[in-house]
Amino acid sequence: MSDIATKTPPEAPERAPSPKPRRDALWWVRKALWLAVLLLALALPLYLEAEWLKAGQYMMVGAVGAIGLTLLTGQAGQLSLAHAFFLLAGGTAYTVLAGPTGDPELVGFGLDPLLALLGAIAICALLGLAFAPVAGRLRGIYLGVASLALVFLGLYFGQAAENLTGGTSTGRPPAEFSLFGFPFSNEGDLEILGVPIRATERVWYLFLALTVIAFLLARGAVGGRVGRAWRAVRDNEPSAAVMGVSVWRAKAGAFAVSSAYAGLAGVMTVLWFDLLKPDESEFGTYGINVSIAYLAMIIIGGLGSVPGALVGALLVNGLPQVLALYSTELGWSTGTGEHAFTPILISSFVYGAAIILVVLFEPGGLAAIGRRIAGRLSGKQRERKGT
Amino acid sequence: METFVQLIVNGLGKGAVFALLALGFVIIFKATEVVNFAHGSLVLFGGYLVVTLRESIGWAGAAIVGVVGAGLLALAVERLLLSRSKLADPFSLALLTIGVDVIVTEEIVRRLGVSLPFIGDAWDAQPVQVGGITLFRTHLVALVVATVLITLFFLAFRYSNWGIAMRAQAENKEAAALVGIRSGRVTATAWLVAGLLAGVAVLFIATQDFSGAGLSRGTHSIALAAFPAAILGGLDSTAGAVVGGITVGLVDALATHYVSFAFAKSAVFLVMLVVLVVRPSGLFGTRETIRV
Repeated sequence: MSDIATKTPPEAPERAPSPKPRRDALWWVRKALWLAVLLLALALPLYLEAEWLKAGQYMMVGAVGAIGLTLLTGQAGQLSLAHAFFLLAGGTAYTVLAGPTGDPELVGFGLDPLLALLGAIAICALLGLAFAPVAGRLRGIYLGVASLALVFLGLYFGQAAENLTGGTSTGRPPAEFSLFGFPFSNEGDLEILGVPIRATERVWYLFLALTVIAFLLARGAVGGRVGRAWRAVRDNEPSAAVMGVSVWRAKAGAFAVSSAYAGLAGVMTVLWFDLLKPDESEFGTYGINVSIAYLAMIIIGGLGSVPGALVGALLVNGLPQVLALYSTELGWSTGTGEHAFTPILISSFVYGAAIILVVLFEPGGLAAIGRRIAGRLSGKQRERKGT
Repeated sequence: METFVQLIVNGLGKGAVFALLALGFVIIFKATEVVNFAHGSLVLFGGYLVVTLRESIGWAGAAIVGVVGAGLLALAVERLLLSRSKLADPFSLALLTIGVDVIVTEEIVRRLGVSLPFIGDAWDAQPVQVGGITLFRTHLVALVVATVLITLFFLAFRYSNWGIAMRAQAENKEAAALVGIRSGRVTATAWLVAGLLAGVAVLFIATQDFSGAGLSRGTHSIALAAFPAAILGGLDSTAGAVVGGITVGLVDALATHYVSFAFAKSAVFLVMLVVLVVRPSGLFGTRETIRV
C-alpha cells in the first residue's frame, strides 16, 4: 500500500520552516528540574544504605521496561501482555552469551559482558520482529491475548531448555557485569568523598546510565518521525496508510523497539537478582503478574508518556521494596506467614486500585495531571498530545 | 484405543468447562465491547464462597451460593465501575478489569493461604467404568451440565426478550436505545450471566479430576485458558465460544498425554496463534470494518 508513497517525488517540496523551539521560562524550569533529578540520582549512593540502593535499582529496572511498553502500547496502540516473556528472553540471552564456556551442563559463549548485553538486546529485538507477522494482523484486544501466548511459551521454554536457563530448581547465576575491564563488584578500592564505591553503588550507576540512555532514546523517538508514525497508526490505520506511513513497518518497528527495551530490563533483572531462575508457574519473576505490573506502570503514568512510565515504575516496583524495608526498620513484621499482608500483596492492592482510579477519573494518568499543573503554572493551555 | 477414547472424553469434559467460561467472555464482549480480564477472579470468588460455606450449610447449598456470588460480583463490577465510566473507551475499560482482577485475586489467594481445597465434592474422584474404560465422573457431569446450560442460553438468546434486546444492542446500540431497549439493563444481565457461568465452571476446575490442584492461584491460570477459547472462536460469536472451548479442552487433554503437562498450556495458546494468523478475527468472528 505504501509503495507509492515511498517513491521520491520528482521535486522535493520546499520544507516549511520549522518552528523555533519554545524556550520560555517553563522550558528552563523543566530542564532544571530534570537536571536536579539526575544530580540527586548521582548523589544518592553517597548517602543511602545498600538496601535502599537495591530498592532504587529495582525501580530503574522497572523504568526501562515500562518505557519500552509505553512506546508500544501508548504510542503505537498495541496492547501487549508479552513483556514478561521478553524479560525472560533478555535475561537468558545475556546469561548464555556471557556465561563461561566449557560447562558440560550449561551453554555459555564466554563473551564480554558488554557485548552480551548488546547481544541480548539485539536478540530480543529480533524476537519482537518475529512476532510482528502476528502483531501486524491483529488489533487491540486480540493482540493483547495473542501476546499472552508468548508468556506461556516462555514458561515452557524456561522449564524445558535447562541447558540455557539452568532450570526451575536452581537457576543459573549470570556473569558479573564489567565495562572495558572495570568490574561491577567489590573488587578494587574506589572512593568518592570518602564513601567506598562497591558493587551496589557501581551497579546503581550502571543502571542509572542505562535508564538515562533508554529515557533519552525514547523521548527522541516520540518527538521524531517514528513517534508520529506510531501515533498515526494508533489513531487510525487506514488514514495513516493513506498519508504514506507504512503501517506494517510502524507496527513491527514498535514491537521490536519495545522488545529490545524489555530485553534490556530483563538483563537488568537478572543482574539485580544475581540469578536467572525461570518460573515454575504462571506467577513469578517472568509470569503474567509481571506483564500486568508493567501494564499497571504505564497506565498509572499515562499511556504513551515516557516520564509517566518512569513515575509509574517508581510506584509499582518501588512500593513493595520500600514497604519491605520500612517493615523491617520499624519492626512492623507483616512479612511472612499464612494470610499475611506482605509488602508485595499491599502494593498489588495499591496498583490494582490505582489502575481503576486512573481509568475512572483521569484516563491520561499522572502525565495528564502533570500537564495540567504545568498548564496552570504557565497560565495558558499547553495541550501537547502524545508527548 | 481405550486411552484415546478416554482422552477424548476428558478433552470434551474440559472443553465443556472452558466453553462455559468463554461464553461468559463473549456475552460480556457482545454487550459492552469490553474484554473482561477479571474473569479469573470471578472464578476464584465463586470457589472461595464454596470453601468457606460448605462447613456450615453443606456442599450443595454452598455451591449454589458460590454460583450466585460469582454472578453478583460480576454484576457489582459492571454497576459500580463500568457503568460509571461511559466516556472511557472499551480498551481502557478492559484495563480497568485488570485492576479489579489483581485486587480480588490477591485477596482471595491471601485468604486461602496454604490450603488448596478441592471443591467438586459431589463428583470428584469417583471414576466410572463404562464398557471397560475408566472415565472421570467430573468430566461427565461437566459435559452434561454445560450442555444443558449452553442449550438454555442459546434458547434464551434466540427467543427471550432479553436475548433479542441483547442481540439488538450488539447490532446497533443507538438504534436499540431508540426503540426503547434499556441498555443498562441489558449489559447488567450480560455480566450477571457471565458471572454465574464462571461460578459453575469453578466447581469443575478445582477438582482432582480436572486439574489435580485445589482452589488456588493455579485455578486462576486455568481460567485464563478460556481466553484462547473465546478468541479462537471469535470474540463476538457465541457459537464460536463453544467450538473454541471444546477445541481448547481437546488440545489440552491430547497435549498433556502425548507431549507433556508443561507443554499443554503453551499448546493451547499456540493453536490460538495459528488460527489468528489465518483468521485475525477468530473462526466465527465478524471481521471489523473500518471507516476512514
